[in-house]
Amino acid sequence: MARAVTTQRKIVFTALAWGIGLMIFFPILWTILTSFKTEATAIADPPVFFNFDWTLENYQVVQERSDYMRYLWNSVALALGSTFLGILIAVPAAWSMAFVPTRRTKNVLLWMLSTKMLPAVGVLYPIRLILIQLGLLDSKIALIFILMLINLPIIIWMLYTYFREIPGEILEAARMDGATLKDEILYVLTPMAIPGIASTVLLNIILAWNEAFWTLTLTTVNAAPLTAFIASYSSPEGLFYAKLSAASTMAIAPILIMGWFSQKQLVRGLTFGAVK
Amino acid sequence: MATQHSRSAARAMMAPAVFLLLVWMLVPLILTLWFSTLDYRPLRGTFDCCEGLGNYVRFVSSSAFWDSILTTLQLLGGVLLITVVGGIGLAILLDQPIWGQGIVRILVIAPFFVMPTVSALVWKNMFMNPVNGLFAHAFKAVGLEPVDWLSQFPLFSIILIVSWQWLPFATLILLTAIQSLDSEQFEAAEMDGAGPFARFGYITLPHLARSITVVVLIQTIFLLSIFAEIFVTTGGAFGTRTLTYLVYQRVIESQNVGLGSAGGIIAVILANIVAAILMRVVGKNLDA
Repeated sequence: MARAVTTQRKIVFTALAWGIGLMIFFPILWTILTSFKTEATAIADPPVFFNFDWTLENYQVVQERSDYMRYLWNSVALALGSTFLGILIAVPAAWSMAFVPTRRTKNVLLWMLSTKMLPAVGVLYPIRLILIQLGLLDSKIALIFILMLINLPIIIWMLYTYFREIPGEILEAARMDGATLKDEILYVLTPMAIPGIASTVLLNIILAWNEAFWTLTLTTVNAAPLTAFIASYSSPEGLFYAKLSAASTMAIAPILIMGWFSQKQLVRGLTFGAVK
Repeated sequence: MATQHSRSAARAMMAPAVFLLLVWMLVPLILTLWFSTLDYRPLRGTFDCCEGLGNYVRFVSSSAFWDSILTTLQLLGGVLLITVVGGIGLAILLDQPIWGQGIVRILVIAPFFVMPTVSALVWKNMFMNPVNGLFAHAFKAVGLEPVDWLSQFPLFSIILIVSWQWLPFATLILLTAIQSLDSEQFEAAEMDGAGPFARFGYITLPHLARSITVVVLIQTIFLLSIFAEIFVTTGGAFGTRTLTYLVYQRVIESQNVGLGSAGGIIAVILANIVAAILMRVVGKNLDA
């Protein structure tokens, strides 16, 4: 009897959850479907869902007409470059705060977090001015640095919470065996921290890829990544649903896949360790 | 325990991060503060000293400022309400034993990974467009007049788009919190005759209180600086100009750097009030 009730409950909840899940996912599904339609079917009324002639034409057109590859390359360079640089700077900092904490460590961590909360628009003009003076407006180097800096607090925090879970006794044991600081980091800590570092890298790539304030306000042509490329479709003459969908699908696909792999770590990273 | 040697090494390892963040924070902020006291309009070639607090007075006394504050609060309130209430509901639903839980979870969190310009454009064109959008098709199908969402209900439309993007964030965090809830407590309450609402009100909600606070504060920080969604959809027209967007327009579009910088400093101060509260919540966690 009790078992029948739970099965019934399970069916109801399953139907409900799937229904809501599909509803939330629908705009993405619709974008992906539309990217395989012709422009005429894309705006057909009533809308067509699956029974249309699938075509790859939009993907070809987007790549040929719009220099898509350059924007894609910029996105990749910005995301990977800023992540690599950020990890390089954050690992030693997080290491020292996790294993050699001082009275000030907590305040330093909180202060780092506070830099993340500065509204970007408040410093937009000076940053632009500095970049113009340096001849670096619309350059990838400048954006790599800026994206690295805006995500650095999150990287340090995330690594810090991972490093703190590594038992300090292991390091002491290594030290007793005569390991130098370099050995300690390279052969003891790094292998244990690899999963944590990997998820930090993943989250940072996602954040850098989707960043849409600095990438929109500091680029024009040369350094513009996919965020800016998509925004250029907002002008009325760019109203081609199928092509917009193809461009969008290409822009979000890699990150969607990465995001699904990193969903657990995401919580930790975005709440600065407050929720694990 | 740590030796003098390892301490100085530790300090050296922290130095680059601290130095870079310090420069990143201070240099532009000081420049903005300085500009905010000038009559600085690059297009007219003015760069005149000593406006004092004139820019601040002018910025705050313009009706655009108060409108933007109201818009910001409406956007913030609307998105927070939808995402927190929806997030709690979804988290509880996903915590139930269901078939294909992993897949549903993936479907629900997907919008968070869509870049803001893409989600804004997809919603704007493929859903909210009054002629070819899906909503228009649906309205026509049931015999209603199609609505031009972004000009008739601009703020509501943007709230909808932004909520869609942030609902996964709230759900994911609240789900993580719910899963750490002790199920024995729940069973005990059930045996004592507590109904589902009593259990929710007396066990689930208090347990979630801290996570909800974290969700609200972090979202507030991010939502205060929403930019791409407005840039792509309405460009700040039709009463969708938030404080962030107003500052952007003053500084970049009308090139009144002095006035815009004063607005920027005001935005910084407002964000800091929220940040201070968030830091206290996060900071408490550090001692644990």
